[in-house]
Amino acid sequence: MADTALKLSDDVAVQITGMNKWYGSFHVLRDINITVQKGERIVICGPSGSGKSTLIRCINRLEEHQQGSIIVDGTELTSDLKNIDKVRSEVGMVFQHFNLFPHLTILENLTLAPIWVRKIPKKEAEETAMYFLNKVKIPEQAQKYPGQLSGGQQQRVAIARSLCMKPRIMLFDEPTSALDPEMIKEVLDTMIDLAKEGMTMLCVTHEMGFAQAVANRVIFMDQGQIVEQNEPKEFFSNPKSERTQLFLSQILGH
Amino acid sequence: MQFTRTEMLPPRAPPVSQSGALKWVRENLFSSWLNATLTILSGLVVYSLVKLSAPWLLHAVWNANSLSECRSVIAANFGPDAGGACWAMIRARWYQWIFGFYPPEVYWRPILNFGLLFVAMAPILFSDNLRGSVKLVGVVAALTILGLALAQGSWGLFALLSAIMLVSLAVAAWAPRYLLIATVLYPFATVWLLWGGSIWGPLLALAGFALIVPVYRALSPRFGLVVATTGGVIVASLWWFVLQGYVADALQTAIPLGIVAVESDKFGGFLLAFLIGVSSISISLPIGILLALGRQSNMVLIKALSVGFIEFVRGVPLITMLFTASLLLQYFLPPRVQFDLILRVIILVTLFSAAYNAEVVRGGLAALPKGQSEAADALGLDYWQAQRLIIMPQALKVSIPGIVSTFIGLFKDTTLVSFVGLQDPLRGITSIVRADIDWKGIYWEPYIFVAAIFFVACYGMSRYSLYLERKLGTDHR
Ligand SMILES: Nc1ncnc2c1ncn2[C@@H]1O[C@H](COP(=O)(O)OP(=O)(O)OP(=O)(O)O)[C@@H](O)[C@H]1O
Ligand SMILES: [Mg+2]
Repeated sequence: MADTALKLSDDVAVQITGMNKWYGSFHVLRDINITVQKGERIVICGPSGSGKSTLIRCINRLEEHQQGSIIVDGTELTSDLKNIDKVRSEVGMVFQHFNLFPHLTILENLTLAPIWVRKIPKKEAEETAMYFLNKVKIPEQAQKYPGQLSGGQQQRVAIARSLCMKPRIMLFDEPTSALDPEMIKEVLDTMIDLAKEGMTMLCVTHEMGFAQAVANRVIFMDQGQIVEQNEPKEFFSNPKSERTQLFLSQILGH
Repeated sequence: MQFTRTEMLPPRAPPVSQSGALKWVRENLFSSWLNATLTILSGLVVYSLVKLSAPWLLHAVWNANSLSECRSVIAANFGPDAGGACWAMIRARWYQWIFGFYPPEVYWRPILNFGLLFVAMAPILFSDNLRGSVKLVGVVAALTILGLALAQGSWGLFALLSAIMLVSLAVAAWAPRYLLIATVLYPFATVWLLWGGSIWGPLLALAGFALIVPVYRALSPRFGLVVATTGGVIVASLWWFVLQGYVADALQTAIPLGIVAVESDKFGGFLLAFLIGVSSISISLPIGILLALGRQSNMVLIKALSVGFIEFVRGVPLITMLFTASLLLQYFLPPRVQFDLILRVIILVTLFSAAYNAEVVRGGLAALPKGQSEAADALGLDYWQAQRLIIMPQALKVSIPGIVSTFIGLFKDTTLVSFVGLQDPLRGITSIVRADIDWKGIYWEPYIFVAAIFFVACYGMSRYSLYLERKLGTDHR
């Protein structure tokens, strides 16, 4: 399996094979198999506690898996620190609670990793940062501190911060679920722009409109397992499993 | 019940609160019976304290050669039963509280060293506040030059030392970055200035630190961070404890360079307290940070060592450690290394306060949301980068009040060194002066004098911590 994965690595962005993970004796991820092609946009959904965050955090090794393999852009995640560093420098991540650095200005938040990890000169890093701030439409906030921005603005800064590292793959863990309704749209618009540019994206979200608009595939998880995956149209109009039907009726019902 | 607003309300200024002294007094001092009673009681306490001490302070004598002379002056002026402070003894013996038995003809060395202390600290204390650091260095340069002028020494020496202070001021004003060079060199300069002797020892000790870097660079790509750091420290220690002594001796015979040596038993008073306090404070903070990180590490050995060390040190009184230190260190160190008593005490006090700092910093670390280190990881920062750039700036900010409390405690604890025979200002010097025939029987004055100096130093630290909190509080969390 691993061999074919390595051969395919030209157009495979993420290959997860037979992956299992436990928290102590709690089997949180069971036999996960996912192949993500380059440029593919995948939405992962499922009830609370089903292991979506854990799965997505395994992809940049914020969590360690115990069985199976995860290959990201041709690099297998093992305990080898070099591989982990390599994967992390190619994978951007956006968190539910933004996790901006409160003691740094927005501009410093954006330039920190490029300067220290990529060793880019400060001036150049600042130019890149301003480019991406323009892209997420808040260049005027560059000199402020995160605490002075609205939630939606903070999340867009967080997206820009990841983009400044020029990642090939972006992970999103419920990027809009801590936001007020009127701010959700501005963040989703940013993500849709990103999708249009061909970024490979794995996104945990319950924004079904977003899934229908941009996803190539929707993966539904429950109890640590992949229960169903399908292209969005089929997934929403014609869910196969009972669990999926129940879940969809709950989140779309009201 | 339909309602539609046709016009939006404009903002108005908040209501003006009534003011006036009488209102303030009524609200704050006599708002209730309990409050009124407490106010009157504390008023009485303050009154009786003032009544007790005022005559004593007002009848002070500044010019006398002995306590009996003091007393007769007071009796002559204020009647036979009057009590009064005899500050004359401070005037006569102040230098001993400051310098201990340090030879008066080289007082310029501790004075210059004390001045340079603030030059070295300025870039750290006022890291991005140029005006603050220039002000500090300016005031200190002026005071140091004044102090040097009053001390013994030739005009040439005075000119040279004043020039050093003025150059520091110029650097602080126009090239503040280079002040950090002074910060790095200061510890070595201190050892040389205070103890004197050959200059080669401190220079070669400095070279030992320079050894760590290439060893780390050579080892880290292949063996990782922990092995590389340990390797660097081991090589440097070999140099310091085994080779350095021989090389220094050889160099001194070849090229003799040095100033008059002063033995450790001549040190005393506030010179000693500041020497121990400042060295321990500045070394214990980084060690404390490392211990706090070690305690959180998932490497079992490092974690166990850190926890063991912290709990041991916090469980044992400092005095016990001071007593046993001489024995233990003698066992662990190679025979050629003669460990100076002051150095031993500094090491112990440092380790002692490092353990306390570690716990304070751990509190700060625990207050940080987990997302901060996750975000740093996800961006690809390595462990030390994440600690230095993301975690510590935030954790230390939370810990400032606790860290400064530890430092103030440490500084006052330096008086405990009298138990191992060093002349601290409180017990050491004071009892020596009080044993003098001329001043036998004097009681309050020396303690008030010593307390006042301690108070100024500790109050300064406390004010600085408030400044720092205010400055760091601007990040709008
Ligand atoms: N560090 C941990 N230790 C032990 N159990 C954990 C840990 N983190 C998560 N879990 C458990 O693992 C399961 C999956 O958690 P996870 O956060 O991946 O769920 P999720 O699908 O993201 O849920 P949500 O929609 O609420 O974010 C949950 O039952 C959770 O309680
Ligand atoms: Mg989650």
